[in-house]
Amino acid sequence: MAIEVRIPTILRTYTDGAKAVEGSGGTLSALIDDLEGNHPGIKERLVEDKSGSVDLRRFVNVYINDEDVRFIGGLDAELADGDQVVVLPAVAGG
Amino acid sequence: MLTIEQEIYDAIVAHARRDHPDEACGVVAGPEGSDRPERFIPMVNAAGSPTFYEFDSTELLALYKDMDARDEEPVVVYHSHTATEAYPSRTDIGLASEPNAHYVLVSTREHGNSEGPVEFRSYRIIDGVVTEEEVTITPTQKTQEASTP
Repeated sequence: MAIEVRIPTILRTYTDGAKAVEGSGGTLSALIDDLEGNHPGIKERLVEDKSGSVDLRRFVNVYINDEDVRFIGGLDAELADGDQVVVLPAVAGG
Repeated sequence: MLTIEQEIYDAIVAHARRDHPDEACGVVAGPEGSDRPERFIPMVNAAGSPTFYEFDSTELLALYKDMDARDEEPVVVYHSHTATEAYPSRTDIGLASEPNAHYVLVSTREHGNSEGPVEFRSYRIIDGVVTEEEVTITPTQKTQEASTP
């Protein structure tokens, strides 16, 4: 099952400079594990341990087919073949 | 060094003044690899705060898709400080995620919404290291493409 994942500039060090990579998984969580297999280190940049459970990092946005995953189940958001996933770090500061 | 046209410089300053005392934020996009900030795109500060800024996540996606379609990148990422100097805060440094961008900081602490000089400074922020750079303002080019926010 192929899912296109768009990688932001800051994370392209994990993808040999590729702007997009392919991955697979029935949920966002499974997709991230799959990406980690091919691009070691990337998972750590996307998720963090929050009081015992793993969650998306606060300042990382992930979209499935243009929907912010925070509104569709977060790491449990479902994925299907042909979906497009976009990862964008928040543009934020103090 | 950041080279920026007068008109865009003025637009950033005007945005910062208008949103004072909240922080203003936005991007100036330019052709990928060109280092030319050409298309001024003011963004809404979804945090609506005098001490924090964040692009709305839906608008962020729309912005990046639009830049992608135009083969652009964010050449400048700007925001204002409304009570402190125009120097990246610890949060700014921690969250900076565009290694190719010039991070522009404007401080409106002196004059707020009013006319008057503002601090306008530019930095590279890479892997937590801040390097200030010179800002050169050039006359506005007549051929400049009109920008729509």
